Amino acid sequence: MFKLSRYILYDIFRGKVVAGYTLFLLIISMSLFNMEENSSKAMLSLLNIVLIIIPLISLIFSTVHYYNSYEFIELMLSQPMSRTKILLSEYGSVSFSLLFSFLIGVGVPVLIYSFDATGMAMLFTGSALTMIFSSIAFFASIKSKDKARGIGSVLLLWFYFTLIYDGLILMILFAFSDYPLEKLTLLLSSLNPIDLGRIFIMLQMDISALMGYTGAVYKDFFASSTGIFYCLTIMILWAGVPLWLALRSFVKKDI
Amino acid sequence: MIRIDHIKKRFRKLQALDDVTASFSKGQVISLIGPNGSGKTTLIKTILGMVRPDSGKIYFDGKPINGDFEYRRNIGFMPQMGRYPDNMKVGQLFRMMKSIRAKDDTEIDNDLVIKLNLQTIYDKPMRTLSGGTRQKVSAALAFLFNPEVLILDEPTAGLDPLSSEILKAKIITEKNKNKLILITSHILSDLDELTSHIMYLQDGKMQFLKDLQTLQDETGEIKIGKAIASIMKHEKSNGRPVEDILVMKREKYH
Repeated sequence: MFKLSRYILYDIFRGKVVAGYTLFLLIISMSLFNMEENSSKAMLSLLNIVLIIIPLISLIFSTVHYYNSYEFIELMLSQPMSRTKILLSEYGSVSFSLLFSFLIGVGVPVLIYSFDATGMAMLFTGSALTMIFSSIAFFASIKSKDKARGIGSVLLLWFYFTLIYDGLILMILFAFSDYPLEKLTLLLSSLNPIDLGRIFIMLQMDISALMGYTGAVYKDFFASSTGIFYCLTIMILWAGVPLWLALRSFVKKDI
Repeated sequence: MIRIDHIKKRFRKLQALDDVTASFSKGQVISLIGPNGSGKTTLIKTILGMVRPDSGKIYFDGKPINGDFEYRRNIGFMPQMGRYPDNMKVGQLFRMMKSIRAKDDTEIDNDLVIKLNLQTIYDKPMRTLSGGTRQKVSAALAFLFNPEVLILDEPTAGLDPLSSEILKAKIITEKNKNKLILITSHILSDLDELTSHIMYLQDGKMQFLKDLQTLQDETGEIKIGKAIASIMKHEKSNGRPVEDILVMKREKYH
């Protein structure tokens, strides 16, 4: 498996996309940390950028990579190699290179300027989101017939996770505001990895005090070790389940 | 060597393969012939396990292939359109293939690499290569591991005449080593000197699988192209041959 990934990784790193992405993240985080005097303010701005940019780039890059490698995958399938191995090598290489960009572009500045619990939470969330959204992208592109549909569907997914889902949650909270919803919102936030990541990072910051009773309930939960473990499990499920579904349909697929 | 047993495959509205049964053995060069969309590539992909048939089985060396992949160790495949990772260099591609198939250097067949002069472009990234050069790379890869079965999908399309001749000579050499070779091609004149059997597909159905001698005797033609044309004239049940349509058009305009 590593035999194949080695060459795929080489191919990705030789392309300009990964370098550009790394540089882009690096410039944004460096300038945020240097512009804001208070590093926790910079972290808050960085948080919003990370939660929007990382899923988008992970989705688009993985999808485009999958379609561009289609003929190569076809050739690999004519070799004595199992389909599971081929897809895992592709996924592994793509997510590794995206992870590399993130850890250099955001990880290094965070380690320099804000080496604390919040910083670590941010790095964890960013890495998890990278893995999650490239696995969702692989599933979506295996399921869609052509490149245009594939990219269209991942863009829709991105809209859903970053904008539409929050709107839906707000609607629910508004409609049922007479009831105690703390437990429910906790559950609902698990259904969107971006939301879960946001809450997880925010609660490491001091601003959670501003979020009222819900904030207190969250803080109580996420600050505990059960909360951290819960978060970790949900994130792993979010990366694992789409990848498993992708593998399942790839094994049956007619290439 | 390869036995195809009542294979059926349907892509939504299109019946790509309709109850195809055939058997190929060592030392044969089988030409898969048929109009566009007649199911040639689907048949090849089914043999390679890329397409799963709806029903029917394929046996390789007596064993049914069913999602396993080890049998492909004995197959060399040259795809119709080879596209490789853009930034991978030609030399790396060869190295990667060798590491995947893990064979000793003594068993590697570098014949085509040398004759097609591919070492000179080992440092070039794949994206800089022209379509014909990529085709040469695909050809060299298919023969590289000295496989018992060679499956070539449109091997000479896009090759320059010189390379095309080199490839044909290589195919004949391998045929004489008692290997099974499957070729699809629209350039029937290319097949004249190579083929031992003709398999004719139309609308997913196998019309016939005959050896060249029988075909020549039955039709009285020596060239494959003419022999096929004469068969198509006799069997008008499945669509009209091109000449008839041309005649009809001419009549319409005059």
